[in-house]
Amino acid sequence: MSSQFYGDLRTQSPQRITYICGDCGVENEIRAKEPIRCRDCGHRIMYKKRTKRMVQFEAR
Amino acid sequence: MTDLELLKNRVVLESDRVYSVSSMDVPGTYPGVDDTWDIERFKKTFKVVISELTKGNIEFDLIGIDASIANAFRRILIAEVPSMAIEDVFILNNTSIMHDEVLAHRLGLIPIKADPNDFSFRWETAQKNGNTQGPTDADTIVFKLQVKCTNKKGAPKDDSLEPSELYDNSSVYSGQMIWSPQGRQEEFFKNSPPRPVYDDILITKLRPNQEIDLELHCVKGIGKDHAKFSPVATASYRLLPDIIITKPILGKDAEKFQKCFPEGVVEVFVNKDGEKEARVVNPRKDTVSRECLRHAEFKDKVKLTRVRDHFIFNVESVGAIPPQRLLPDAVKVLIEKCKVLKRSLAQINQAN
Repeated sequence: MSSQFYGDLRTQSPQRITYICGDCGVENEIRAKEPIRCRDCGHRIMYKKRTKRMVQFEAR
Repeated sequence: MTDLELLKNRVVLESDRVYSVSSMDVPGTYPGVDDTWDIERFKKTFKVVISELTKGNIEFDLIGIDASIANAFRRILIAEVPSMAIEDVFILNNTSIMHDEVLAHRLGLIPIKADPNDFSFRWETAQKNGNTQGPTDADTIVFKLQVKCTNKKGAPKDDSLEPSELYDNSSVYSGQMIWSPQGRQEEFFKNSPPRPVYDDILITKLRPNQEIDLELHCVKGIGKDHAKFSPVATASYRLLPDIIITKPILGKDAEKFQKCFPEGVVEVFVNKDGEKEARVVNPRKDTVSRECLRHAEFKDKVKLTRVRDHFIFNVESVGAIPPQRLLPDAVKVLIEKCKVLKRSLAQINQAN
Protein backbone atom coordinates (compact mmCIF):
# COMPACT_ATOMS: atom_id res chain seq x y z
CA MET A 1 0.00 0.00 0.00
CA SER A 2 2.66 2.54 1.06
CA SER A 3 5.02 1.84 -1.83
CA GLN A 4 2.10 2.25 -4.22
CA PHE A 5 1.28 5.54 -2.54
CA TYR A 6 4.78 6.99 -3.04
CA GLY A 7 4.89 5.64 -6.56
CA ASP A 8 1.76 7.63 -7.30
CA LEU A 9 3.28 10.86 -6.10
CA ARG A 10 6.36 10.45 -8.27
CA THR A 11 4.35 9.99 -11.43
CA GLN A 12 2.42 13.21 -10.80
CA SER A 13 3.38 16.29 -12.85
CA PRO A 14 7.11 16.72 -12.08
CA GLN A 15 7.85 18.35 -8.73
CA ARG A 16 4.90 20.73 -8.56
CA ILE A 17 3.65 20.12 -5.09
CA THR A 18 2.10 22.78 -2.91
CA TYR A 19 2.89 22.93 0.80
CA ILE A 20 1.27 24.81 3.62
CA CYS A 21 3.38 27.20 5.66
CA GLY A 22 3.59 26.21 9.32
CA ASP A 23 3.43 29.80 10.45
CA CYS A 24 1.04 31.79 8.28
CA GLY A 25 -0.84 28.99 6.53
CA VAL A 26 -0.27 30.29 3.02
CA GLU A 27 0.07 27.77 0.17
CA ASN A 28 3.56 27.58 -1.36
CA GLU A 29 4.70 25.85 -4.50
CA ILE A 30 8.17 24.49 -3.96
CA ARG A 31 10.23 22.98 -6.79
CA ALA A 32 13.14 20.62 -6.37
CA LYS A 33 16.42 22.11 -5.12
CA GLU A 34 14.67 25.36 -4.19
CA PRO A 35 15.19 26.59 -0.63
CA ILE A 36 12.38 25.62 1.68
CA ARG A 37 11.12 29.03 2.68
CA CYS A 38 7.68 30.65 2.75
CA ARG A 39 7.27 33.36 0.18
CA ASP A 40 5.09 35.42 2.50
CA CYS A 41 6.68 35.24 5.92
CA GLY A 42 10.00 33.45 5.47
CA HIS A 43 9.12 30.60 7.78
CA ARG A 44 11.11 27.44 7.11
CA ILE A 45 8.69 24.75 8.20
CA MET A 46 6.25 23.44 5.64
CA TYR A 47 3.46 20.92 5.90
CA LYS A 48 2.24 18.52 3.26
CA LYS A 49 -1.41 18.66 2.24
CA ARG A 50 -3.85 15.91 3.07
CA THR A 51 -4.20 13.11 0.53
CA LYS A 52 -6.80 13.71 -2.17
CA ARG A 53 -7.78 10.06 -2.03
CA MET A 54 -11.12 9.09 -0.63
CA VAL A 55 -10.92 7.29 2.71
CA GLN A 56 -13.71 5.04 3.94
CA PHE A 57 -14.65 4.70 7.61
CA GLU A 58 -17.22 2.72 9.50
CA ALA A 59 -19.33 4.95 11.71
CA ARG A 60 -18.89 2.80 14.81
CA MET B 1 -57.61 -9.71 50.24
CA THR B 2 -56.96 -13.27 51.34
CA ASP B 3 -53.47 -14.51 52.08
CA LEU B 4 -53.55 -16.66 48.95
CA GLU B 5 -54.51 -13.71 46.75
CA LEU B 6 -51.74 -11.65 48.31
CA LEU B 7 -49.22 -14.39 47.68
CA LYS B 8 -50.41 -14.95 44.11
CA ASN B 9 -50.84 -11.38 42.88
CA ARG B 10 -48.56 -9.13 44.89
CA VAL B 11 -44.90 -8.48 45.44
CA VAL B 12 -44.59 -7.55 49.12
CA LEU B 13 -42.16 -4.91 50.37
CA GLU B 14 -40.96 -4.85 53.95
CA SER B 15 -38.57 -2.43 55.60
CA ASP B 16 -35.53 -4.64 55.00
CA ARG B 17 -36.52 -7.01 52.22
CA VAL B 18 -38.77 -7.73 49.29
CA TYR B 19 -40.48 -11.08 49.10
CA SER B 20 -42.88 -13.04 46.93
CA VAL B 21 -41.08 -11.73 43.88
CA SER B 22 -41.49 -14.51 41.33
CA SER B 23 -44.77 -15.51 39.80
CA MET B 24 -45.96 -18.97 40.84
CA ASP B 25 -48.99 -19.37 38.58
CA VAL B 26 -47.80 -22.67 37.18
CA PRO B 27 -50.62 -25.26 37.11
CA GLY B 28 -50.54 -27.33 40.31
CA THR B 29 -48.75 -24.82 42.54
CA TYR B 30 -51.81 -24.08 44.65
CA PRO B 31 -54.26 -26.90 45.41
CA GLY B 32 -57.73 -26.19 44.10
CA VAL B 33 -56.64 -23.21 41.97
CA ASP B 34 -56.93 -23.60 38.20
CA ASP B 35 -53.80 -22.00 36.75
CA THR B 36 -53.91 -23.59 33.30
CA TRP B 37 -53.22 -21.06 30.60
CA ASP B 38 -56.18 -20.41 28.37
CA ILE B 39 -56.22 -18.07 25.39
CA GLU B 40 -59.86 -17.09 25.92
CA ARG B 41 -59.27 -16.22 29.57
CA PHE B 42 -56.15 -14.27 28.58
CA LYS B 43 -58.13 -12.29 26.00
CA LYS B 44 -60.63 -11.35 28.70
CA THR B 45 -58.15 -10.31 31.36
CA PHE B 46 -55.33 -8.76 29.33
CA LYS B 47 -55.47 -4.98 28.95
CA VAL B 48 -53.34 -2.27 27.36
CA VAL B 49 -53.94 1.28 28.59
CA ILE B 50 -52.12 4.31 27.19
CA SER B 51 -51.85 6.83 30.00
CA GLU B 52 -49.63 9.44 28.42
CA LEU B 53 -48.58 10.22 24.86
CA THR B 54 -46.44 13.14 23.75
CA LYS B 55 -44.38 13.76 20.61
CA GLY B 56 -41.43 11.77 21.87
CA ASN B 57 -42.70 9.78 24.83
CA ILE B 58 -45.33 7.20 25.67
CA GLU B 59 -46.44 5.70 28.98
CA PHE B 60 -48.66 2.64 28.76
CA ASP B 61 -49.76 -0.17 31.05
CA LEU B 62 -49.70 -3.84 30.17
CA ILE B 63 -52.06 -5.54 32.62
CA GLY B 64 -52.42 -9.27 33.07
CA ILE B 65 -49.19 -10.49 31.45
CA ASP B 66 -46.22 -12.46 32.71
CA ALA B 67 -42.96 -10.71 33.50
CA SER B 68 -41.13 -12.82 30.91
CA ILE B 69 -43.26 -11.41 28.09
CA ALA B 70 -43.15 -7.84 29.38
CA ASN B 71 -39.38 -8.08 29.66
CA ALA B 72 -39.15 -9.57 26.17
CA PHE B 73 -40.92 -6.48 24.80
CA ARG B 74 -38.58 -4.19 26.70
CA ARG B 75 -35.51 -5.96 25.38
CA ILE B 76 -36.85 -6.10 21.82
CA LEU B 77 -37.62 -2.36 21.92
CA ILE B 78 -34.02 -1.61 22.84
CA ALA B 79 -32.14 -4.16 20.76
CA GLU B 80 -34.26 -5.54 17.92
CA VAL B 81 -36.64 -2.96 16.47
CA PRO B 82 -34.83 -1.70 13.35
CA SER B 83 -34.04 1.89 12.47
CA MET B 84 -31.77 3.78 10.08
CA ALA B 85 -28.32 5.16 10.94
CA ILE B 86 -25.18 6.28 9.16
CA GLU B 87 -22.91 3.26 8.68
CA ASP B 88 -20.32 4.19 6.03
CA VAL B 89 -18.53 7.53 5.91
CA PHE B 90 -16.52 8.32 2.78
CA ILE B 91 -14.11 11.11 3.57
CA LEU B 92 -12.99 13.02 0.47
CA ASN B 93 -11.46 15.80 2.52
CA ASN B 94 -11.22 16.61 6.20
CA THR B 95 -8.85 19.35 7.29
CA SER B 96 -10.69 20.05 10.53
CA ILE B 97 -9.05 19.34 13.88
CA MET B 98 -11.31 16.35 14.40
CA HIS B 99 -9.78 13.03 13.37
CA ASP B 100 -11.49 11.06 10.61
CA GLU B 101 -12.40 8.17 12.93
CA VAL B 102 -13.92 10.42 15.59
CA LEU B 103 -15.85 12.38 12.99
CA ALA B 104 -17.21 9.17 11.47
CA HIS B 105 -18.23 7.87 14.87
CA ARG B 106 -20.05 11.09 15.74
CA LEU B 107 -21.93 11.03 12.44
CA GLY B 108 -23.06 7.48 13.10
CA LEU B 109 -24.88 8.56 16.26
CA ILE B 110 -27.08 11.16 14.50
CA PRO B 111 -30.71 9.95 14.47
CA ILE B 112 -32.06 9.79 10.92
CA LYS B 113 -35.71 10.54 10.21
CA ALA B 114 -36.59 7.84 7.71
CA ASP B 115 -39.13 5.05 8.03
CA PRO B 116 -37.18 1.78 8.40
CA ASN B 117 -40.17 -0.07 6.89
CA ASP B 118 -39.40 1.62 3.56
CA PHE B 119 -35.97 0.00 3.43
CA SER B 120 -34.49 -3.49 3.45
CA PHE B 121 -31.51 -4.72 5.39
CA ARG B 122 -28.34 -4.88 3.32
CA TRP B 123 -28.21 -8.66 3.70
CA GLU B 124 -31.78 -8.91 2.37
CA THR B 125 -31.02 -7.09 -0.88
CA ALA B 126 -27.74 -8.99 -1.21
CA GLN B 127 -29.69 -12.26 -0.92
CA LYS B 128 -32.30 -11.12 -3.42
CA ASN B 129 -29.73 -9.95 -5.98
CA GLY B 130 -27.78 -13.20 -5.84
CA ASN B 131 -25.25 -12.13 -3.22
CA THR B 132 -23.88 -9.26 -5.25
CA GLN B 133 -22.11 -6.75 -3.11
CA GLY B 134 -22.77 -3.05 -3.02
CA PRO B 135 -25.48 -0.67 -1.88
CA THR B 136 -28.78 -0.26 -3.73
CA ASP B 137 -31.58 2.30 -3.55
CA ALA B 138 -33.63 -0.18 -1.51
CA ASP B 139 -31.18 -0.34 1.39
CA THR B 140 -29.12 2.86 1.47
CA ILE B 141 -29.75 6.56 2.01
CA VAL B 142 -26.98 8.86 0.84
CA PHE B 143 -26.23 12.25 2.38
CA LYS B 144 -23.54 14.73 1.37
CA LEU B 145 -21.85 16.99 3.88
CA GLN B 146 -19.70 19.61 2.23
CA VAL B 147 -18.75 22.58 4.40
CA LYS B 148 -15.86 25.04 4.14
CA CYS B 149 -15.14 27.70 6.72
CA THR B 150 -14.28 31.19 5.46
CA ASN B 151 -13.66 34.63 6.93
CA LYS B 152 -16.87 36.61 7.13
CA LYS B 153 -16.91 39.55 4.74
CA GLY B 154 -16.75 42.89 6.52
CA ALA B 155 -16.27 41.31 9.93
CA PRO B 156 -14.40 43.52 12.37
CA LYS B 157 -10.90 42.39 13.37
CA ASP B 158 -11.68 41.81 17.02
CA ASP B 159 -10.49 38.63 18.71
CA SER B 160 -12.96 39.00 21.55
CA LEU B 161 -15.88 38.33 19.20
CA GLU B 162 -17.59 34.96 18.91
CA PRO B 163 -16.21 32.73 16.10
CA SER B 164 -19.69 32.73 14.55
CA GLU B 165 -19.40 36.51 14.12
CA LEU B 166 -15.93 36.34 12.59
CA TYR B 167 -16.27 33.35 10.26
CA ASP B 168 -18.86 31.67 8.07
CA ASN B 169 -19.49 27.97 8.80
CA SER B 170 -17.43 27.98 12.02
CA SER B 171 -19.73 25.21 13.29
CA VAL B 172 -21.03 22.26 11.30
CA TYR B 173 -24.55 21.14 12.21
CA SER B 174 -26.54 18.04 11.27
CA GLY B 175 -28.96 20.28 9.33
CA GLN B 176 -26.21 20.90 6.75
CA MET B 177 -26.36 17.29 5.60
CA ILE B 178 -27.93 17.23 2.14
CA TRP B 179 -29.90 14.21 1.00
CA SER B 180 -28.77 12.87 -2.34
CA PRO B 181 -31.54 10.67 -3.78
CA GLN B 182 -30.51 7.44 -5.47
CA GLY B 183 -32.40 5.50 -8.12
CA ARG B 184 -36.16 5.66 -7.51
CA GLN B 185 -35.83 7.32 -4.10
CA GLU B 186 -36.55 10.86 -5.28
CA GLU B 187 -40.02 9.91 -6.48
CA PHE B 188 -40.73 7.51 -3.61
CA PHE B 189 -39.81 9.95 -0.84
CA LYS B 190 -40.97 13.19 -2.42
CA ASN B 191 -43.44 13.82 0.43
CA SER B 192 -41.09 12.98 3.28
CA PRO B 193 -37.46 13.29 2.25
CA PRO B 194 -35.04 11.58 4.65
CA ARG B 195 -33.26 14.00 6.98
CA PRO B 196 -31.72 14.12 10.45
CA VAL B 197 -34.33 14.17 13.23
CA TYR B 198 -32.75 17.29 14.69
CA ASP B 199 -31.10 19.99 12.60
CA ASP B 200 -29.10 21.53 15.46
CA ILE B 201 -26.74 18.70 16.41
CA LEU B 202 -23.19 20.06 16.47
CA ILE B 203 -20.90 17.74 14.47
CA THR B 204 -17.58 19.61 14.49
CA LYS B 205 -16.10 23.09 14.46
CA LEU B 206 -14.01 24.68 11.70
CA ARG B 207 -11.67 27.66 11.32
CA PRO B 208 -10.98 29.58 8.08
CA ASN B 209 -9.66 27.42 5.22
CA GLN B 210 -10.60 24.18 6.98
CA GLU B 211 -13.15 22.09 5.18
CA ILE B 212 -14.93 18.78 5.30
CA ASP B 213 -16.26 16.96 2.25
CA LEU B 214 -18.06 13.73 3.08
CA GLU B 215 -20.44 11.20 1.63
CA LEU B 216 -22.59 9.41 4.23
CA HIS B 217 -24.35 6.10 3.66
CA CYS B 218 -27.22 5.21 6.03
CA VAL B 219 -28.37 1.62 6.38
CA LYS B 220 -31.04 -0.25 8.29
CA GLY B 221 -29.87 -2.07 11.40
CA ILE B 222 -30.81 -3.20 14.90
CA GLY B 223 -29.64 -2.12 18.34
CA LYS B 224 -28.12 -5.52 19.01
CA ASP B 225 -25.51 -4.71 16.37
CA HIS B 226 -24.82 -1.14 17.50
CA ALA B 227 -26.63 1.23 19.88
CA LYS B 228 -26.98 3.85 17.11
CA PHE B 229 -29.65 1.64 15.51
CA SER B 230 -31.78 1.55 18.68
CA PRO B 231 -35.08 3.42 18.08
CA VAL B 232 -35.58 4.20 21.79
CA ALA B 233 -33.73 6.47 24.15
CA THR B 234 -35.16 4.70 27.19
CA ALA B 235 -37.50 1.74 27.44
CA SER B 236 -38.26 0.62 30.97
CA TYR B 237 -41.09 -0.68 33.10
CA ARG B 238 -42.07 -0.71 36.77
CA LEU B 239 -44.78 -2.58 38.62
CA LEU B 240 -47.85 -0.67 39.79
CA PRO B 241 -47.49 0.07 43.54
CA ASP B 242 -50.43 -0.90 45.77
CA ILE B 243 -50.64 0.39 49.34
CA ILE B 244 -52.94 -1.66 51.56
CA ILE B 245 -54.00 -0.08 54.86
CA THR B 246 -54.89 -3.04 57.08
CA LYS B 247 -55.93 -1.10 60.22
CA PRO B 248 -57.33 2.46 60.12
CA ILE B 249 -54.76 5.24 60.63
CA LEU B 250 -56.45 8.02 62.59
CA GLY B 251 -55.93 11.53 63.95
CA LYS B 252 -52.44 13.05 63.96
CA ASP B 253 -50.99 9.79 62.65
CA ALA B 254 -53.03 10.17 59.48
CA GLU B 255 -51.28 13.43 58.62
CA LYS B 256 -47.88 11.96 59.44
CA PHE B 257 -48.74 8.98 57.26
CA GLN B 258 -49.66 11.26 54.38
CA LYS B 259 -46.27 12.97 54.64
CA CYS B 260 -44.48 9.62 54.24
CA PHE B 261 -45.58 9.51 50.57
CA PRO B 262 -45.14 11.79 47.55
CA GLU B 263 -47.90 14.35 47.03
CA GLY B 264 -51.21 12.95 45.82
CA VAL B 265 -50.70 9.36 46.95
CA VAL B 266 -52.48 9.50 50.32
CA GLU B 267 -55.22 11.88 51.40
CA VAL B 268 -56.67 12.66 54.83
CA PHE B 269 -60.45 12.73 55.10
CA VAL B 270 -62.94 13.04 57.94
CA ASN B 271 -64.64 9.69 58.56
CA LYS B 272 -68.17 9.13 59.80
CA ASP B 273 -67.06 9.32 63.45
CA GLY B 274 -65.77 12.84 62.80
CA GLU B 275 -62.18 11.68 63.03
CA LYS B 276 -59.33 12.31 60.61
CA GLU B 277 -58.38 9.17 58.68
CA ALA B 278 -55.85 8.38 55.95
CA ARG B 279 -56.77 6.66 52.70
CA VAL B 280 -54.89 5.86 49.50
CA VAL B 281 -56.02 7.76 46.40
CA ASN B 282 -53.32 7.34 43.75
CA PRO B 283 -50.71 4.65 44.46
CA ARG B 284 -49.35 5.09 40.90
CA LYS B 285 -47.56 8.25 42.02
CA ASP B 286 -45.75 6.42 44.83
CA THR B 287 -42.00 6.01 44.46
CA VAL B 288 -42.08 3.10 46.97
CA SER B 289 -39.55 4.75 49.25
CA ARG B 290 -40.84 2.61 52.16
CA GLU B 291 -40.54 5.67 54.44
CA CYS B 292 -43.75 4.75 56.31
CA LEU B 293 -42.22 1.44 57.45
CA ARG B 294 -39.52 3.33 59.39
CA HIS B 295 -42.14 4.54 61.86
CA ALA B 296 -43.22 2.06 64.53
CA GLU B 297 -46.83 3.35 64.61
CA PHE B 298 -47.46 2.34 60.97
CA LYS B 299 -45.58 -0.92 60.92
CA ASP B 300 -48.57 -3.18 61.56
CA LYS B 301 -51.17 -0.99 59.92
CA VAL B 302 -49.93 -0.96 56.34
CA LYS B 303 -48.73 -3.36 53.69
CA LEU B 304 -46.66 -2.00 50.83
CA THR B 305 -47.02 -4.11 47.71
CA ARG B 306 -46.72 -4.06 43.96
CA VAL B 307 -49.11 -5.70 41.52
CA ARG B 308 -47.10 -8.48 39.92
CA ASP B 309 -48.81 -8.49 36.52
CA HIS B 310 -49.33 -4.75 36.05
CA PHE B 311 -46.43 -3.26 34.09
CA ILE B 312 -46.13 0.49 33.63
CA PHE B 313 -43.95 1.01 30.59
CA ASN B 314 -42.20 4.25 29.84
CA VAL B 315 -40.75 4.44 26.35
CA GLU B 316 -39.01 7.43 24.84
CA SER B 317 -38.51 7.47 21.08
CA VAL B 318 -35.33 8.79 19.52
CA GLY B 319 -37.51 10.46 16.90
CA ALA B 320 -37.40 8.32 13.77
CA ILE B 321 -40.39 6.16 14.77
CA PRO B 322 -43.39 7.83 16.51
CA PRO B 323 -43.67 6.53 20.10
CA GLN B 324 -47.10 4.94 19.60
CA ARG B 325 -45.68 2.72 16.85
CA LEU B 326 -42.82 1.31 18.91
CA LEU B 327 -44.74 -1.37 20.82
CA PRO B 328 -46.58 -2.69 17.71
CA ASP B 329 -43.20 -2.92 15.95
CA ALA B 330 -41.77 -4.85 18.92
CA VAL B 331 -44.76 -7.21 18.88
CA LYS B 332 -44.17 -7.86 15.18
CA VAL B 333 -40.54 -8.77 15.91
CA LEU B 334 -41.64 -11.19 18.64
CA ILE B 335 -44.20 -12.79 16.30
CA GLU B 336 -41.49 -13.32 13.68
CA LYS B 337 -39.29 -14.97 16.32
CA CYS B 338 -42.14 -17.30 17.30
CA LYS B 339 -42.63 -18.27 13.66
CA VAL B 340 -38.96 -19.16 13.33
CA LEU B 341 -39.13 -21.28 16.48
CA LYS B 342 -42.31 -23.02 15.32
CA ARG B 343 -40.75 -23.85 11.96
CA SER B 344 -37.64 -25.34 13.50
CA LEU B 345 -39.69 -27.36 15.99
CA ALA B 346 -41.72 -28.75 13.10
CA GLN B 347 -38.48 -29.72 11.37
CA ILE B 348 -37.27 -31.59 14.44
CA ASN B 349 -40.59 -33.44 14.67
CA GLN B 350 -40.34 -34.38 11.01
CA ALA B 351 -36.82 -35.69 11.46
CA ASN B 352 -37.92 -37.99 14.28
